[in-house]
Amino acid sequence: MEANGSPRARSEEEVLDAIEERRRRPRRKILDEQITLSHGAGGKSSHDLVEALFLRELRNPLLEPLTDCAVIGNGEGRLAFTTDSFVVRPLFFPGGDIGELAVNGTVNDLAMAGANPIALSAGFIVEEGLPVADLERIAASMGRAAEAAGVQVATGDTKVVERGKGDGLYINTSGVGAIEHDLEFGPDAIRAGDRVIVSGSIGDHGMAIMIARGELALEVELESDTAPLNDLVSNLLAATAGVRCLRDPTRGGLATVLAELALSAQLGITIEESSLPIRHEVNGACEILGIDPLYVANEGKLVAIVAPEAEDAALSALRSHPLGTAAVTVGDVRPDPPGLVLLETSFGGSRVVDMLAGDPLPRIC
Amino acid sequence: MSVTGEGNGMRFVDEYRSGDLAKSLAEKIVELVEPGRHYKFMEVCGGHTHSIYKHGVEDLLPDEIELVHGPGCPVCVIPMGRQDDAISIAERPEVIFTTFGDMMRVPATRGSLLEAKARGADVRMVYSPLDALKIARENPEREVVFFAIGFETTTPSTALTLQRAEAEGIKNFSLFCNHVTIIPAIRAILDSPDLRLDGFIGPGHVSTVIGLRPYRFIAGDYGKPVVVSGFEPLDVLQGVYMILRQLRDGRSEIENQYSRVVREEGNPLALRAIAETMELRTTFEWRGLGFISQSALKLREAFADWDAEVRYEIPGVRVADPKACQCGEVLKGVIKPWECKVFGTACTPDHPIGTCMVSSEGACAAYFNYGRHAGRRRREKAPA
Repeated sequence: MEANGSPRARSEEEVLDAIEERRRRPRRKILDEQITLSHGAGGKSSHDLVEALFLRELRNPLLEPLTDCAVIGNGEGRLAFTTDSFVVRPLFFPGGDIGELAVNGTVNDLAMAGANPIALSAGFIVEEGLPVADLERIAASMGRAAEAAGVQVATGDTKVVERGKGDGLYINTSGVGAIEHDLEFGPDAIRAGDRVIVSGSIGDHGMAIMIARGELALEVELESDTAPLNDLVSNLLAATAGVRCLRDPTRGGLATVLAELALSAQLGITIEESSLPIRHEVNGACEILGIDPLYVANEGKLVAIVAPEAEDAALSALRSHPLGTAAVTVGDVRPDPPGLVLLETSFGGSRVVDMLAGDPLPRIC
Repeated sequence: MSVTGEGNGMRFVDEYRSGDLAKSLAEKIVELVEPGRHYKFMEVCGGHTHSIYKHGVEDLLPDEIELVHGPGCPVCVIPMGRQDDAISIAERPEVIFTTFGDMMRVPATRGSLLEAKARGADVRMVYSPLDALKIARENPEREVVFFAIGFETTTPSTALTLQRAEAEGIKNFSLFCNHVTIIPAIRAILDSPDLRLDGFIGPGHVSTVIGLRPYRFIAGDYGKPVVVSGFEPLDVLQGVYMILRQLRDGRSEIENQYSRVVREEGNPLALRAIAETMELRTTFEWRGLGFISQSALKLREAFADWDAEVRYEIPGVRVADPKACQCGEVLKGVIKPWECKVFGTACTPDHPIGTCMVSSEGACAAYFNYGRHAGRRRREKAPA
């Protein structure tokens, strides 16, 4: 590709550099005048909102890393603290409901910091008119999920809003967990040569919800993968000290998590399309809807970045647990290109995997 | 794709993404390339562009072959004025405005439909015009408008929806019709002095409707090979191979790579449904390409009751594209996405200025989201 003659024209190289420069720069202001659904989709707009508005106003050392969990203290005996809100529609879906999701979601955020959950809080915003029977079912399912994860809902709050002012029920859960080891996880610990492991099939939750909404006229038997990951993480950490970073690829999917990690670590992550674990049903539905399964949410899967020598131990630890039987290495970390995720396609080509740019996706968690 | 569960992959999809077949086809392509010659092939459809970047098809092509992105992206070609008109309809309090997801993010003079929705407009995303009709059935007290866009691929479903609305007597439903036709756009590109092309990867899904005959002038009058191709990466690669074969033999013909779907005569039933409900507009504005005569469709008089342009007063003002935006040149294939002055800086997928950065079929979005590393890698491979 030759330059087009004008001395002021930028070369492709310069344009690409400018794009990467811009991606690295922290957002200083929000370009939008009002909140749109894009700000809630977990992609670039969500990140801009958090960085340019919430972090700017609330900045402090605990919040600054913008991870799923704040870690308080040093070494062994640290506390992990997190919160998450659940606005999924429908409230009940194949494989779970909003209550189970609210417990597992917060347990998993704690687990990704290597923390065992101690206690959860639950805040309910209920819309006038919600059948009490529904709320009973949801509370019971929260109880079962908490028991399965080995945690108690220790405190709670209920508010009721007028009909039409809520979508049946929103739940917020917060959680406190104990970190009983002195491993430091996070993007800073990632090194070139590390392996990228996924604990099982991707895209199940998001696609199950989209299909459960019944708006797509697709009939696919697919269940949400919602599950507590703390026990799986304990297994993994007991087997190897080579874990660099753990993430649960929820909203935004595997692609978003990897794009965030590559950007913060300023390393390249390369994944192999042919190694990605994707169910037929998910793949087929995505193909029909023009959605990339890499961006579809998971609620019972984790991504582990592990040192190369820890790969085998990590895989066998994950695979020996019922929630990690399909664990597989999907890629590795490389020095180049810094800050970018590349996908080697089954076809023999390659492409960039970036964060999603503000698609108005339905509420899935 | 490694797939959990039984079976060996997705039938009718994975076969067209085989790396082994791609490799052997790529070798045959290299054999057909005349050393030192530079080939420019236009892939007409945005669907092709998307597939090329998503699967990294260019990585398998020799440097002599350049793929030029064409105008066949339905979202990309809608001019700003029409988007303003759409928003003005959407903002009417009685209206539920239904649209394909991509159109929600297209910037207009006062922001996008997504922003209009945030201001209070009832804008809903649908996957098909029939979904819009269903919303009309379920909300008899509201007026439901469908933002109809697309080439001949989507026009038949709009036409059938219209016929069903008529048959069921659904009166609270109308269409804002922006259907366009591909042939005049291809002719405009062939007549443009800016670009010299060696051949066309012809539209796949449009051709399932219109058949192969309408392309004859490209081979006959302009002497350019056309290979109508499917959208899987192997289809595109085979399309390239077939064009090269024509060039080697000194032929310019209309060939059909996508024969598993496309028939010579197209789909007469679909064509009839279109003809019964719609007619050509004298002229229509395309983003970047300007006004092209007889390049778009409007509803026939008999369907005026379902025509949003008749039922609502719309501004209908022609609005110039933002000065910095070069979507027009990108759509004509005159510049590469990255050659646009605002590409990747002022115009990004999260804050697009032009349509080509919005649609997943737009060349700018496809290059930004998928392809932006491939060029660098190719240069690194090439000797300085």
